[in-house]
Amino acid sequence: MNTDISAERPAPPAGGDVLLRVENLVKYFPVQSAQLFSRQKDVVHAVDGVSLEVRRGQTLGLVGETGCGKSTLARCIMRLYDVTSGRITFDGNDITKLSARQMRPYRREIQMIFQDPYGSLNPRRRVGSIIGDPFAIHRTASGQERKRLVQEAMELVGLNPEHYNRFPAEFSGGQRQRIGVARALAFRPKLVVCDEPVSALDVSIQAQIINLLADLQSELGLTYIFIAHDLSVVRHVSTSVAVMYLGQITELAPVDQLWDHPRHPYTDALLSAVPVPDPDKSAQRERIILVGDVPSPISPPSGCRFHPRCPKAAPVCVDDRPVLEPHLGDDSEHLAACHFPVEDGEDISKARPTIAAEHRVTETGVVSGS
Amino acid sequence: MTNLPGSEDLIVGVGVQDEHAGPPIAEGEAARKIEGRSPWRLAIERLRHDRAAMISLGFIVFVVLIAIFAPLVGVITGHGVFEQFRTTGLSPDGTPVGPSAHFLMGTDDQGRDIMVRIAYGARISMIVAIVATGLTVGIGAVVGLAAGYFGKLLDTILARLVDLLLAIPFLLLAISLASIWHPGLTVVIVVIGILGWASVGRIVRGQVLSIREKEYIEAARSLGAGPWRIIFVDILPNVIAPIIVYTSLLIPVTIVAEASLSFLGVGIPPPTADWGQMISESSAYYANGVWWFLLFPSLALVFTTIAFNILGDGVRDAFDPRGDKLFV
Repeated sequence: MNTDISAERPAPPAGGDVLLRVENLVKYFPVQSAQLFSRQKDVVHAVDGVSLEVRRGQTLGLVGETGCGKSTLARCIMRLYDVTSGRITFDGNDITKLSARQMRPYRREIQMIFQDPYGSLNPRRRVGSIIGDPFAIHRTASGQERKRLVQEAMELVGLNPEHYNRFPAEFSGGQRQRIGVARALAFRPKLVVCDEPVSALDVSIQAQIINLLADLQSELGLTYIFIAHDLSVVRHVSTSVAVMYLGQITELAPVDQLWDHPRHPYTDALLSAVPVPDPDKSAQRERIILVGDVPSPISPPSGCRFHPRCPKAAPVCVDDRPVLEPHLGDDSEHLAACHFPVEDGEDISKARPTIAAEHRVTETGVVSGS
Repeated sequence: MTNLPGSEDLIVGVGVQDEHAGPPIAEGEAARKIEGRSPWRLAIERLRHDRAAMISLGFIVFVVLIAIFAPLVGVITGHGVFEQFRTTGLSPDGTPVGPSAHFLMGTDDQGRDIMVRIAYGARISMIVAIVATGLTVGIGAVVGLAAGYFGKLLDTILARLVDLLLAIPFLLLAISLASIWHPGLTVVIVVIGILGWASVGRIVRGQVLSIREKEYIEAARSLGAGPWRIIFVDILPNVIAPIIVYTSLLIPVTIVAEASLSFLGVGIPPPTADWGQMISESSAYYANGVWWFLLFPSLALVFTTIAFNILGDGVRDAFDPRGDKLFV
């Protein structure tokens, strides 16, 4: 399935087969109660029923507010956590319940780039040793051969191979992120999960790293899952985008369809919050302001989790969790989980919710009339 | 690197230095000599500039040399360590003889040369210091690493064991154990080693607990590294600095512990020369004016301990000058 793309980017390869499939993934974390013997077992519903597909050669953008579960989802896909329930299928193989030893060969094919360039590299190890780690762990190369491969990787990401023996502290943030990329690409993995790879960098450096990732994608035929909270960055790099809220996917669409025809009110609100450089255009826009904070994932709202803050909330939203499916004539690639999807041209800032006050939330957290 | 069309939207400002890390054109030869110094080299340099620590280190080297070449001291003076000089070394009524040209530090109650015995006593102290401390730190580090990394049941068991050991007064337990087994060098080393690891273990475990949550550990796991590789390749280098500091502060404690055991009679048995033992035997004669028998072994013990303490402080300052980074 090909996606609509703007004239700015070269067309991605006509979507390959499905590389990664996630079905109804659930991850709960138990919460330690303050009391010694407490009967109530609270859980954090970090990921609560997520299903998605990533096709070979494409980039899936994953956006959402802090705490929506996108990082947890990424780590579940990487099998850094054991999932509570659900299934993960990679390249046709079910990797959900594999033991650490069984998972090892897959570790060469799924890799991760971490968010913090300062925390993701061991400060006491030399850079050559850090990048050479994959070869050492999997015992594929040693000695001179390993050094050669490491220096090759450094050149690939734009680092000077002579800096092989330096410590991470001697590099800038952008360079350290390149080191992280070099480490992740050692085995030319099929899937690379990028967990907010540019969030911690200066804007000008962000551009360089994003371009590096794009170049590497076309050079090496990589598939990316790109997690971010900056919508402009996500728009630039993704072929399709998934929007997450409180552990669930609210909307999933090819990137241009998401921007031009958002169906979920949350998506609409997020897009309206993206700053527009032109002050005249900005003044003309209606900002959709969401009141209040994201509710706690320990006791998420019933039905549609967005109903306490949604401008269009109705009683059915409190009772029934909406299914992720196409709406309003969209094709099967554009899914939204909403009982009252946003129509083209609809201005939801003018909408008023029709549910009882106790289901709503205000700025101060006090229940108010709507 | 090519820029994709459309990426100009994201570049803010012109004239940003290209990050590509090649040598800039204007760099001269001098810049090539700038080399990053590893944290170890920086620490060693700081230590070298700590005058008190260097003097202490010099004294310690002197003590170690004396310990190694103790027989030489015996040869030079002409007195063996066990030789009793009942005629020249003891006064007519059988009391020890004071410092003189013949016996530079006087004799003990058996007429033996105190200086030679102090030299041989240094051997005991140094051997115990190195081996017992090594044993303590070795056990403590392994236990701390395992408990900290694997957590859950192992951690609970080991943590309770540590609490238990730390609750019992060292000397009481040491005396009991040393009395049960035949007193001797091995027993002393083992007893001190086994009873001391708890503090080290607790410190190491705390360090490991905080390091374990760092992203680079997660990265290692995502690469497929097994737990022992992570412990020794990723965690240990970050824990080794506090371990080294603690070791250098533990050595004087070990020396005093050994001297205490010998002082109480459950350490190194006579006739082996040992500082604590000499101090113990000297107390009966001190009241009768035999001051040298008490003074010289005590000075040896005190100065050696102080030297290690100062060196230990210097090592700690070398690794952590601002006093905030050492413990994560």
